[in-house]
Amino acid sequence: MSVLVNKDSKVIVQGFTGSEGTFHASQMIEYGTNVVGGVTPGKGGQTHLDRPVFNSVQDAVESTGANVSIIFVPPAFAADAIMEAAEAGIKVIITITEGIPVKDMMIAKEYLKGKDVTLIGPNCPGVITPGEAKVGIMPGFVFKKGRVGVVSKSGTLTYEAADQIGKAGLGISTAIGIGGDPIIGTSTKQAVELLMNDPETEAIVMIGEIGGNYEAEAARWVKANGNSKPVVGFIAGQTAPPGRRMGHAGAIIGGAEDTAAAKIAIMEECGIHVSYSPADIGDTVVKALKK
Amino acid sequence: MNIHEYQAKNILKSYGVRIQEGLVADTPERAVDVAKQLNAETGTEWYVVKAQIHAGGRGKGGGVKLAKNIDQVRELSNQILGMQLVTHQTGPEGKKVHKVLIAEDVYYPGASEPKEYYLSILLDRAKGWNVIMASTEGGMDIEEVAEKTPEKIIKEWIDPKVGLQGFQARKVAFALGLEGKAFKEMVKFISALYKAYVATDSSQFEINPVLKTSDDKILAVDAKVNLDDNALYRHPDLAELRDITEEDELEVEAGEAGLNYVKLDGNVGCMVNGAGLAMATMDIIKLSGGEPANFLDVGGGANAQTVEAGFRIILKDPNVKAILINVFGGIVRCDRVAQGVVEAYKNIGEINVPIIVRLQGTNAEEGARVIEESGLKVTSAIVLKDAAEKVKEALA
Repeated sequence: MSVLVNKDSKVIVQGFTGSEGTFHASQMIEYGTNVVGGVTPGKGGQTHLDRPVFNSVQDAVESTGANVSIIFVPPAFAADAIMEAAEAGIKVIITITEGIPVKDMMIAKEYLKGKDVTLIGPNCPGVITPGEAKVGIMPGFVFKKGRVGVVSKSGTLTYEAADQIGKAGLGISTAIGIGGDPIIGTSTKQAVELLMNDPETEAIVMIGEIGGNYEAEAARWVKANGNSKPVVGFIAGQTAPPGRRMGHAGAIIGGAEDTAAAKIAIMEECGIHVSYSPADIGDTVVKALKK
Repeated sequence: MNIHEYQAKNILKSYGVRIQEGLVADTPERAVDVAKQLNAETGTEWYVVKAQIHAGGRGKGGGVKLAKNIDQVRELSNQILGMQLVTHQTGPEGKKVHKVLIAEDVYYPGASEPKEYYLSILLDRAKGWNVIMASTEGGMDIEEVAEKTPEKIIKEWIDPKVGLQGFQARKVAFALGLEGKAFKEMVKFISALYKAYVATDSSQFEINPVLKTSDDKILAVDAKVNLDDNALYRHPDLAELRDITEEDELEVEAGEAGLNYVKLDGNVGCMVNGAGLAMATMDIIKLSGGEPANFLDVGGGANAQTVEAGFRIILKDPNVKAILINVFGGIVRCDRVAQGVVEAYKNIGEINVPIIVRLQGTNAEEGARVIEESGLKVTSAIVLKDAAEKVKEALA
C-alpha cells in the first residue's frame, strides 16, 4: 500500500532538462524511482538521462502511461505546468518550485477542482515511500522503511524528523511534504486523512509551523474521527515574532490563531501527542505507539 | 513588500479609487510648498500632516497632526520630520520619520455627519479565495472588532474564476447601511479597489478608515498595501517603491548576500538550512535557556561563502553571546559544510563567542571530525539534543 507514490508509479519530470530537473531526476532514478521521461517544451524527441523528452505532458502520458509528475519549472511558468499536467490526466502532481505568485496558484487550484487529481506543494520537498519511490528532493537514505507516516510543511525539518524516527528504531511508510506557501494543493488534514486510511501506517507525525489554520483543522479532524491512530504534532516558530515572514511565504503570524501556542493548544485539546522540542519528535512517536 | 501610505494612495487613485488627496514632502519648507499647491488644487484650508513610516498606529504615537493654517504646517512638519516615531508596531526604539504626507481635510462639516468605515481585501488561506472584509467600526483595529463584536464584520468571498461581481459590491455597501449617493459611491469604491488589488498582485489591502464625507463622497483616508513578493518580477514599477530605509540594515545586507535573515532581540545567533528547521532551531535555543537573536536560512547550498556571509551578519549584532549552526545535510554533504565553517572562521579571524556546529545527515561523522581537527574554538554535535545541551553550557 503506502500513499500517493509507490513502486508502480510512472513518473515524469516537468522542467526535465533544466539544472534542477536534471540533478534531482538523476537522484530519483538512482533511488529506484520509475522515471519514465520528462517534458521540456521545444525539446521533444531528444533523450535526456537515457529517457525520452516530450514537448507536452499530453505527449508524455500518451507514450509512457505516466501517472505522476514532478515539477521543477521556474515560478513564472509553474502554475501553467500544474494545469497542463492535470489536463493531461496525471493523477498526482508534485510541485517543488518555490516562489509562485499567489494569484497564479489561486487560479491553478481552482482549475484542479472537480478533477481526479491530487496536487502536492508547491514549495515542498516532495513525497517519498521508502524503498519504493522518491518523488522529490529529499535525501533518500534518511528515510528508513517502516510504519510511521509523516506530513510536513518544511523540507529539512522533515529530514530531521525522519532521522529521529529511524534512530528510534522505527521507519517511514510515506512522508508527504505539503509545502510552505499560503496556497497549497493538499492541506495538512487531507494528507493526514490519506495516511489514516493507509493500512500500512500505524502512527502519523504532523509537522507544522506558524501561519494559517491547517494544523488546527487537521487536529480537529483527527479528534472527530476518534483518534484511531496515534498522531504526533510539532509546530515550528514558537519564538517567531508577529508580522514577520519566516522564510516560507506562508509562515507569518497575522492573527492570534496563527501562533504556535494557539496551534499547540488545539492539538492538545484534540488528543495529539505534542512534541514541544524539535529534538523530541522521535521519542514522542515511540511513547505514543506504546500507549 | 510593504509600501508607504502615499505610495499606496497613488496606486489606488490610478485605478479610480477616490482618496484623500495629498502630497509628500521631506522638509518643512517643501511641506509648506505642497500645502499651498494642495490648497490650489482642492480648496482645502486645513491640512493633515502624516508621518510616513511602515507601521500602523501612527496617530496614537503622535505622527498624525492637524494643521489649521500654513504656519502650523511648517511647525508640525518640523516636529514630525526626523522624530523617532514609536507605535505598537515599531518596537520601543521607534522608526525615524523621513517623509510626511500633507493631506487635505476631509472631515469638513456639511449636510450629513462624516462617518468612518473599515474595508480590507486579503487572501483567505483556508478557502484559497480572496475575501473582502468590511465593518461599520471604521478607525478601530479589526482584530479588536473581530474579538468583541464579530457580528459587525461583513465578509464577501470572491471566486477567482470570475472576479468580483456587481451584486457582491452592492451586498457589502448595503450591509454597511448606506443609501442614496453614498451607496453608489461605495459600490464604485469597492469595485475599483478590487480591480487595483488583482492588477497589482497584492497580498493585502487595508483601508482604515474609509470615509463617507458630509457630502456623501466615499474615499480612502488611510491605505495599507502589501504586495506579493513572488509577483514583483512582473511589476518592475511597483518593485521600485521599496524603501530600504524602512528595513533593518542587517536584513538588507543579508538579502544582498542571498540569505534569508530576520533580526530578533535575543542573545544566541543561529544559521540553518531550511526555513522550518531554522524556526525549530530558534525554538530549541529558547528551550535551552537562551533567546534567538535571529532567523537565518542559508538555503540549500550551505558553502564557505554563504556561511562566511552569515557569520559576518550575526557577529554585527552586539547582543550575540553564542552561535548555533544547524545544518541537516541532504544533498549538501556535512563534511563540505564543516570545511566551509572552518574556512569562514579563519577568514574572519578572531571570533569571541562560542560556536556550536551541529551537522546531521550525509557524512555527519566526517563533518564532526573536520570541526574537531580544525583546532578552532568550535564545539560540534550531531544529535539535536546534544546541540541544545551545548547551547545551555555555552550560556552558563
